[in-house]
Amino acid sequence: MKIAFTAKGTDWQDQIDPRFGRCAYLVFYDEDTDTIDWIDNGSSAGIDHGAGPQTAQKLLTRKPDILITGNGPGGNASRVLSYSQITVYTGAADKSLQEAYQDFKNNRLTEFKF
Amino acid sequence: MKIAIASGKGGTGKTTLSVNLASWLALQDKVVLVDLDTEEPNSGIFLKLPLIRSIIGVKPVPVWQSDNCLHCGKCQGYCQFHAIISLPSEVLVFPKLCHSCYACSELCPASALPMLNEKIGKIDHFARENLTFIEGKLDVGQEMAVPLIKQAITYTESQSVNSEWLIFDSPPGNACPMIEATKVADFIILISEPTPFGLYDLSLSVQSLRKLNRNFGVVINREGIGNSDLERYCLDEDIPVIARIPQSRLIAESYSAGKLVYHEDNDFLSSLKQIKDFLQNDAFSC
Repeated sequence: MKIAFTAKGTDWQDQIDPRFGRCAYLVFYDEDTDTIDWIDNGSSAGIDHGAGPQTAQKLLTRKPDILITGNGPGGNASRVLSYSQITVYTGAADKSLQEAYQDFKNNRLTEFKF
Repeated sequence: MKIAIASGKGGTGKTTLSVNLASWLALQDKVVLVDLDTEEPNSGIFLKLPLIRSIIGVKPVPVWQSDNCLHCGKCQGYCQFHAIISLPSEVLVFPKLCHSCYACSELCPASALPMLNEKIGKIDHFARENLTFIEGKLDVGQEMAVPLIKQAITYTESQSVNSEWLIFDSPPGNACPMIEATKVADFIILISEPTPFGLYDLSLSVQSLRKLNRNFGVVINREGIGNSDLERYCLDEDIPVIARIPQSRLIAESYSAGKLVYHEDNDFLSSLKQIKDFLQNDAFSC
């Protein structure tokens, strides 16, 4: 399974970025190959409007099964994500990616309803 | 004559000046006042005129036609406002982000994005005797003011052929809505207050209007508060100060009670006379 995180950095010890559209990085963990990869989402800072749908689109190009984030996507981003099979979990703000991943494994995160 | 009343900073007296100037001028002349602060129009509170007509405010937005679409994704690249997302099997349009520029619609190789009107607000037309009042009002949740401002101005111009004065009460700030609201004006009155905030935001308005080669002057409101930097700035920059409205509790009280201020305050009335005199005699010689 491929798991995506909205993150402030690209290491397991870095924190979840609670924002969706303007998160600093999208980090992807592939459980099958045990590898980490990421997209730098810094360009979202320069967008006045519409960061959410753009980030959602970037996210979907990597076809993750799961997204772990903080506050959850807004209305426009949700509309884009709803065209995929992705399952979104919220409530991971202030945790490291490692902790957030463990919380997900232990069913301690909240599933986001589109 | 077409006058726009604008200000970079909010709350400096655009509406106070607009409704009072319009009502006072209407004692003699035919006047049309247009409230273009479409996000929160409030000039009508002071005028209490009967409604003549209400029309629907619209903006054109692209509507995706799946049958025609080649899924080439070019539309997303054309859109400077991130209002289109092209997914492998769908094109999503976000109407609230759309600036109605037509780029996607005209450049789509398959004509799969025709523009259709979407309701975003309304334009109300009120009138009594010499005074006509037209108000643009966005629906709650709509954030794109420019199309409605444009439509309100077009409607106004069709309704005001015999008017001596056309006054546009502009939205605050210096961004696209203000530029659109002042576009057709012969002269722009920038109303500011003599505070650091007032001066800073005025200087931004001045920079924009100079780039656009517009005629403008300044009315200083609430003179007596703050400091003299605004006055000095206008002098240094060679910007005419048309009138100075003194800081006054009486003006604030009558405004708060929804009254017309020139009925209550003589200093304010003198300022209106100075403004009219300036517009008729000096506005185009500076």
